[in-house]
Amino acid sequence: MINAEEGVFFLTGKDFTNAGAASSSLKGVLEKRGVPQDIIRRTAIAAFEAEMNVIIYAVAGMMKYRISNTEISVTIQDMGQGIPNIDLAMTEGYSTAPDYIREMGFGSGMGLPNIKKSTDHFVINSMVGEGTTLEFTIRLANGDKERA
Amino acid sequence: MNLQEIVNRLSLDVKTPGLDLNREVTGGYVSDLLSDVMGNSSGGNIWITLQIHLNIVAVASLKGLAGIILVNNRRPDEDTLKRAVAENIPVMTSALPTFELVGRLYALGLRCR
Amino acid sequence: MNLAEILSILNARMLTDHVPLQKAVESAYCADLMSDVLSFSVTNSLLVTGLTNAQVIRTAEMAAIEVIIFIQGKSPDSQTIKLAEEKRIPLLVTDLSMFDTCGKLYERGLRSQFHHLNQAPIITVRAQSL
Repeated sequence: MINAEEGVFFLTGKDFTNAGAASSSLKGVLEKRGVPQDIIRRTAIAAFEAEMNVIIYAVAGMMKYRISNTEISVTIQDMGQGIPNIDLAMTEGYSTAPDYIREMGFGSGMGLPNIKKSTDHFVINSMVGEGTTLEFTIRLANGDKERA
Repeated sequence: MNLQEIVNRLSLDVKTPGLDLNREVTGGYVSDLLSDVMGNSSGGNIWITLQIHLNIVAVASLKGLAGIILVNNRRPDEDTLKRAVAENIPVMTSALPTFELVGRLYALGLRCR
Repeated sequence: MNLAEILSILNARMLTDHVPLQKAVESAYCADLMSDVLSFSVTNSLLVTGLTNAQVIRTAEMAAIEVIIFIQGKSPDSQTIKLAEEKRIPLLVTDLSMFDTCGKLYERGLRSQFHHLNQAPIITVRAQSL
């Protein structure tokens, strides 16, 4: 039996040099815990998309995670502009990203749909002018204790 | 190589009705970055991309490209397609990812020129 | 297909140190948009891309992509190469175009396995903006 563990990483808007470092650290935590590779991959992909959103759109934010024997839950909260229309933002291909972000390979309007696709449960809360909070959960089918 | 032939051989789905596909394709260009296509593609190239930004038609038109193939079943919106018809730029779609589609075009003899 | 073969087919150069040339990949994916790579690529793939920024290395790390090939002679800066070395992701560069790079690898038998959009997870939109 492994105890539940949790942690937090801080994110800085427009810091493209370190963009992805938080998701990379989370991936490291999951690897150390012996979580199955496919679950690590899904978590890392969702976390990275969410982290890039904060780097691109927000002033700052944080990524909190909690890993139990049954699930991984991640919350990414930012101080940003907020999302005026979440349904629209969830549409594949819809994006408000400026050109320089597109030229970096992001902002193609696939980020939120990708998070939805990679996770078992996904919630968005957003207030225009205040910020956005994403929460997602990935189930560890039989717990990760047997594999550790 | 003829665009109509490419459409037939790769079973592409033509999204721009009424445009004449009987046109010469000089080569293939792959990129999802508009600036790269602006800078490096050649007239008569067929452009393979998953980019569905409205400006793909403007870029293809400015560069005199033979057409655009959208991969991974990406669907452009109606405005993009209307603009493509108006600018005489055929837009086709394929369910294949870029690597597979390009591999098949290469096998047909098309190259990047 | 292993790295030695890929280097020879594409007349490519290795940018990262300490890479075993017998390392092999089973699948290829080609894109400049990283969300597409994250969404559709499968593990044990090589990525062909025209972008050379650090986010490409991060994308490969998250998506468990094993090898990256840059095209048109474009190399990333030394910091990005260092990040790839840390993450043990071999970087290759070829002078070929993206089209010819894909074409030549396909011709020699490499294929793309990819995910379909077949998952239907639950999404809840709890609060809309005012």
